[in-house]
Amino acid sequence: MLTVDRERIEGAEGPMGVTPSLDFDSVRLVEVSRHFGRRRAVSRVSIEARRGDLLGLLGPNGAGKSTLIGVLATLVQPTSGEVRYGGHFARELGPPLRRQIGLLAHELHLYTELSARQNLTFFSKMYGLDPRSTVEPALERAGLADRADDDVAGFSRGMRQRLALERALLHTPRLVLFDEPFTGLDDNAVGLVSARLRRLAADGAIVVLATHDLDLAEGLVTRVAVVQS
Amino acid sequence: MSFATTAFLVLKKDFTIEVKSGEILYTTLFFAVSCVLIFAIAFVREGQPVEGAGAGILWIAVLFAGNLALGRTFERERYGETVRALLLTPAPRAAIYVGKLLGIVALLVAAECLLVPMVAFLFDAPLFARPLLLAAILGLGTVGFASVGTLFAAMLVRSRTRDVMLPILLYPITVPVIIAGVLGTSALLQSPADEPVALLWIWLLVSFDVVFVTLALWTFEPLMTE
Repeated sequence: MLTVDRERIEGAEGPMGVTPSLDFDSVRLVEVSRHFGRRRAVSRVSIEARRGDLLGLLGPNGAGKSTLIGVLATLVQPTSGEVRYGGHFARELGPPLRRQIGLLAHELHLYTELSARQNLTFFSKMYGLDPRSTVEPALERAGLADRADDDVAGFSRGMRQRLALERALLHTPRLVLFDEPFTGLDDNAVGLVSARLRRLAADGAIVVLATHDLDLAEGLVTRVAVVQS
Repeated sequence: MSFATTAFLVLKKDFTIEVKSGEILYTTLFFAVSCVLIFAIAFVREGQPVEGAGAGILWIAVLFAGNLALGRTFERERYGETVRALLLTPAPRAAIYVGKLLGIVALLVAAECLLVPMVAFLFDAPLFARPLLLAAILGLGTVGFASVGTLFAAMLVRSRTRDVMLPILLYPITVPVIIAGVLGTSALLQSPADEPVALLWIWLLVSFDVVFVTLALWTFEPLMTE
């Protein structure tokens, strides 16, 4: 069920105490297809994920997992089919829906010329949040408090990934999308990201994880959708 | 979040990156100055420039530098796919466009501040005879060119052929702005300056800017959705 109100959502309050203005319990892809010119990226996919789910989109490279993540993130328009957030369609919602979506993709969505603090401050403001209450806790969670004013260009892949994760979760989204989040990470970093994924799902987020790595997905996801090329 | 706040945040972010790296400003200025110097070598014989060349050379330098700046600005958003992160925020998407547009305009105005005295000196062009009219022509022409350029550069950000496609798409569509800019500036370089003709081109530039900016604001969101 989708509700549009200004009240705090019980159990959904994140570490920054952000109050979402829109909420939904589930997300559904119904017969979604997407073609890029004559190339068919995904064809008639139907999936549903609910609060607390950690849904794994598993499949080989090129199977269309990233396209599905793009569709769920409202960045890619389906050629046919529909996407429902609660009981409503994506096109009806716009900015309030985007406020409830967090995306961590293989490309990390960070400005490497800016420092960790500047990146988080910029995106915090873009989400209409108060950086004074969001940036420092995010830096602490990323383990980058002592490198907060260093440019991201000087960070290792693992440090960038941790920062990107916190950037994606700054606004405490309801729907959290991960596209190959373990790329280039060492075992320790994989463990930290996995733990964060589980915690998000336990806190009531809808978590969708696209990966080709079945070993990493095993024991982590609670539901599986296999995407075949 | 308001439209103006979003545009300002995007502009401020671009400005902060540029202050740190200086990459686009220096390359744009270097390219624009080199362009004018090469034309000066070609068109100034024994201290006498070709009559009326100043206006065209000024605009060529501005437009080529603008093309370079547009490509580099969006290359920055392509690296790390930050353009997707911007589009995913709840901020008004048209405001993101306006923020990027203001950054390009500011960059080109900085280039023009260097190019106008250079062209005036090297081509013996009385560009400072009517400073307000010249500022109006350059400002309006820059906004018209940058408004279309920003839209196309954003559209092409994920295209592999963006470096080739941007000028191919941009220059034909901005021909009215280029013609108005060059002829308006030429009118000011006549002796005496032909103010009525310059004003006519200024009004045409105002019309082009209104049309181009309105269309860009209207189409940015659908064009940016993959």
